[in-house]
Amino acid sequence: MSENFRSSETKFLDKTNRISFKYNGKKYYGYKGDTLASALLSNGVHLIGRSFKYHRPRGIMTCGSEEPNAIVQIGGSGSFTEPNVRATEQEIYEGLEASSQNCWPSVEFDVGGINNFISPVIPAGFYYKTFMWPKKLWYSLYEPAIRMSAGLGKSPTQPDPELYDHNHLHCDVLVVGGGISGILAASISADNGNNTVLIDDKNSLGGSTIFQDDENFKIDDEIPSVWLNNQIKNIKNKKNLIIKHRTSLAAYHSYNYLLARENLADHKSLDERSNKLRQRLWKIRAKKVILATGAIERPLIFNNNDRPGVMLANSVKKYIDYFGVRCGNKNVIFTNNDSAYETAISLNKKGINVTIVDIRNNSSSILVKNAKNAGIKIYWNHTVVDTKGYRRIKSIQIMKMSDDGTNVIGSKINLVCDNLSISGGWTPMVHLFTQSGGKLKFRDSDQVFLPNTAMSDQISIGSCNGDFELDDVIKNTNSECKNFLSASVTDYDSLTISCPKQKESKNIWLLPNDKPLGKTKPFLDFQNDSTAKDIKLAMREGFKSIEHVKRYTTTGMGTDQGKLANMHALGIISETAGVKMGSLGTTTFRPPYTPLTFGTIVGRNVGTFFDIIRKTPIHEWHENHKAKFENVGQWKRAWYYPKNNESMHQAVQRESKAARESAGILDASTLGKIDIKGTDASEFLNRVYTNAWSKLAIGKCRYGLMLNEDGMVYDDGVTTRLEENHYVMTTTTGGAANVLSKLEDYLQTEWPELDVWLTSVTDHYATASICGPNSKNILKKLFPKLEFNDENFPHMSFKNAELNGINCRIMRISFTGEHSYEINIESKYGKSLWENCIEAGKEFNITPYGTETMHLLRAEKGFIIVGQDTDGTMTPIDLQMEWIISKKKYDFIGKRSLYRSDTMREDRKHLVGLLTDNPREILEEGAQIVQDEKKQPIEMLGHVTSSYFSPNLNKSIALAVVKNGKKLKGQKLLVPMKDKTINVTVSDFVFFDSKNERLNA
Amino acid sequence: MFIITCPFCGERDQSEFSAGGEAHIVRPKQPTELSDDEWADFLFMRKNIKGVQFERWNHAHGCRKWFNVIRDTSNDKIHAVYKMGEKPPSD
Ligand SMILES: [Zn+2]
Repeated sequence: MSENFRSSETKFLDKTNRISFKYNGKKYYGYKGDTLASALLSNGVHLIGRSFKYHRPRGIMTCGSEEPNAIVQIGGSGSFTEPNVRATEQEIYEGLEASSQNCWPSVEFDVGGINNFISPVIPAGFYYKTFMWPKKLWYSLYEPAIRMSAGLGKSPTQPDPELYDHNHLHCDVLVVGGGISGILAASISADNGNNTVLIDDKNSLGGSTIFQDDENFKIDDEIPSVWLNNQIKNIKNKKNLIIKHRTSLAAYHSYNYLLARENLADHKSLDERSNKLRQRLWKIRAKKVILATGAIERPLIFNNNDRPGVMLANSVKKYIDYFGVRCGNKNVIFTNNDSAYETAISLNKKGINVTIVDIRNNSSSILVKNAKNAGIKIYWNHTVVDTKGYRRIKSIQIMKMSDDGTNVIGSKINLVCDNLSISGGWTPMVHLFTQSGGKLKFRDSDQVFLPNTAMSDQISIGSCNGDFELDDVIKNTNSECKNFLSASVTDYDSLTISCPKQKESKNIWLLPNDKPLGKTKPFLDFQNDSTAKDIKLAMREGFKSIEHVKRYTTTGMGTDQGKLANMHALGIISETAGVKMGSLGTTTFRPPYTPLTFGTIVGRNVGTFFDIIRKTPIHEWHENHKAKFENVGQWKRAWYYPKNNESMHQAVQRESKAARESAGILDASTLGKIDIKGTDASEFLNRVYTNAWSKLAIGKCRYGLMLNEDGMVYDDGVTTRLEENHYVMTTTTGGAANVLSKLEDYLQTEWPELDVWLTSVTDHYATASICGPNSKNILKKLFPKLEFNDENFPHMSFKNAELNGINCRIMRISFTGEHSYEINIESKYGKSLWENCIEAGKEFNITPYGTETMHLLRAEKGFIIVGQDTDGTMTPIDLQMEWIISKKKYDFIGKRSLYRSDTMREDRKHLVGLLTDNPREILEEGAQIVQDEKKQPIEMLGHVTSSYFSPNLNKSIALAVVKNGKKLKGQKLLVPMKDKTINVTVSDFVFFDSKNERLNA
Repeated sequence: MFIITCPFCGERDQSEFSAGGEAHIVRPKQPTELSDDEWADFLFMRKNIKGVQFERWNHAHGCRKWFNVIRDTSNDKIHAVYKMGEKPPSD
């Protein structure tokens, strides 16, 4: 039976609720309210993991989100497993399984530990320099060792079964941090009528004051923990205050837009959390923000300061006072300030052996006096020069320091211990403040960066604003909140506060040692294993900017973002460079403040909710008829309809033949449709299309090409004049939204004098397109009242009609080259229209065809698809479509650009047809085209844009863009592929019915 | 993510808007009269200032109206919002 380190009663744990959990396969017990860290410490477990680079044994250092070492894998190997969870934040629950990371085969015996012994050859920048090493050694030793040990934790191999959620929250005042200053701020804010939200990352409020039981501290004659507990009870009853526990702020953007992650389930056992939300991302927009994010204790930087059992002094205090857990039986406290004496006194009161090593000469603080009175041995003006103990600290060696603090003198004293509590002062947590765009200032007296100018309506209060004494915290919080919230009186105006004041201070970023720096390991970034000597090496090698030193040494680049020792890195850089600390600035603190799971970031936008899916009103019919679908933008379009195990090729060949031989039907509902009304509609079309529109008669349709102002083809489609001042424009499926937005732009900004109104009606109409020699016969059956002769209803014209009493618009237009009609009907009748067409077409073997056949049929005719045969660099002239550019019009969008020297070049890429010498060979779309394979470097003339086997011509056809293509007609070119070169001949790009005879067939 | 006050709808989240580049670039009334250089200047040249910039924005997921914004690109502070065709506020 291992020793029980739970040594005192505490009101913060539910001792009646004993919980079992597994760590590295072994069963342990803790209590409800324990973190994994406190529960492990109560069982005497300190060794948690191995460090990233050297695989040194590492233990729990802290009690919060700044923890660099104690990061574990939670859950087994299934879908619930999660890597990189901080044991100091994970609450235990019945059945929790946790394991060490970054060690193989086990944390006790880790093969990667060899890195520790070869570490002289793994200095800063090792990974950048690696390839300079002798190959032999690299392959045989380093690489296998590094590969085996690389990475932190294992990602789950199955989809995440849990639910995540996003929610918006608007409030008057958001208070971040539930320590004493945050509680007071929330109280003052709520009392002044503000809708207030207080968020805190722990399961209960109170910060470190809630376990401050030292009688030297008093608020209104009560010890702080008692006084604060009453305040917490008090604020829970305030109506306009929402308190969110287990909620950590991830990001603070401009305009007081903040993201917070609320943890709803991670503290519950798996059966308690089934089918419930795991985490929720709050998107908060606050009128005012009060940051009360506190401060983090600094470590001290000395040789071998990373062994399991080396912890921050204030965390040791929390473990004993809050969790009732002692972190050792023989404690040494190593400090440069008074606050660590609180830990010493707490331990001493509970009968735990404690010794103090202080780098200062003396201190006149009451706390120090009390420690002396309690008989605690204090070594003044001493520093730790080494620590011993591989899996747990066993002893330390201390030496006296020279007066200037740069050296050690005298002989070594050996102190046996199983815990070393270190305190190097405090670092205000200004991360969120700087994320929001705030600028910092540097306070020389205690070497801290503090909030200076904020970019949004916010204040920082408490220790994150540099107030470390209880009386300063309360008084300044009160006065700053009053000012910020325009409050005249608060409950805290006349509090009497007493507390010991901080006295003599002394800060040394890198403590002196009897050995040269090169022979020591003073760790700065515990997670990424960077040491003070790495920083100095980087600077010797010429890195000056802190951002560069950071990346070269990886200091501060772990999952903890170097919260503990970034300040020491800055301090050492400034000392080495001989510049003032404040003038260097800091590295950039980027969101998230603590890591977020992907699930939280994505929320409900997974699976079918990942993106919007648009379906036509006829979609169900396509599904019932076994269509394969393709995505066109957000649309699901029927791609082809395989019959009896047909391949795609077979289906498309069948559909293509049927459409030309008798009748085919296509769902064209996805085409963009814009309704255009107004007395200037014709003039507007004149300006946005290249061709002329004023003379288009009512009831007629016209194809138009739309350019960008740079002269490049942007979109195309057929527009129909329904009435004198009423048109309906069609656009490409993918371009609909952009075209509308572009047209609105011109209307609103360049031509506001035009009387034109645009409405998107894409979703309002369903469209069935019937083509083929029998299309007319089918239409006659559907619309017996309508006359379909060429005089009455010619190609490129439109008729209103009725189908079973429902209005339809019929356009006789063609994208296949066949005699063809498009029937538009209100969306809700779309499926019925389609079924009527299929029924009427039965005797003509009407064949539904999809987008693939549509593409093939139009390619036979040489009709372009904007976005496939064009790519934003093609002018109409490049496309050999000079006929569509009006010579008479003074101006249209893009016209001037067609006369720029570059667009007038003769040798631009032109659209051409390609025929393979072997008519059975089909080119690959995207394949490059060359003339001379031997020329070096090989000249790329262009590429294949569309390629099909045409069943109607019984040969392979392709469209391509080729440099100077207009002049190359009839010439042989080459299409080199991976395993062969295909011979092609440049041809006309209209392959089928070049006289357009079938349109009127 | 900032907040833009649409002149027609009021305060809305940035995600409802799309940016339209530099403001007050007028499309030449007689493009054919311009030299290649003059036309290229209109077509391609934009200032892209670090600091106070005049921009066009579109309330794309709202009223679909275009309008002008004076924004400091270094800190996203919006100094003014005004309709198309209006003169920028003088201060
Ligand atoms: Zn609007």
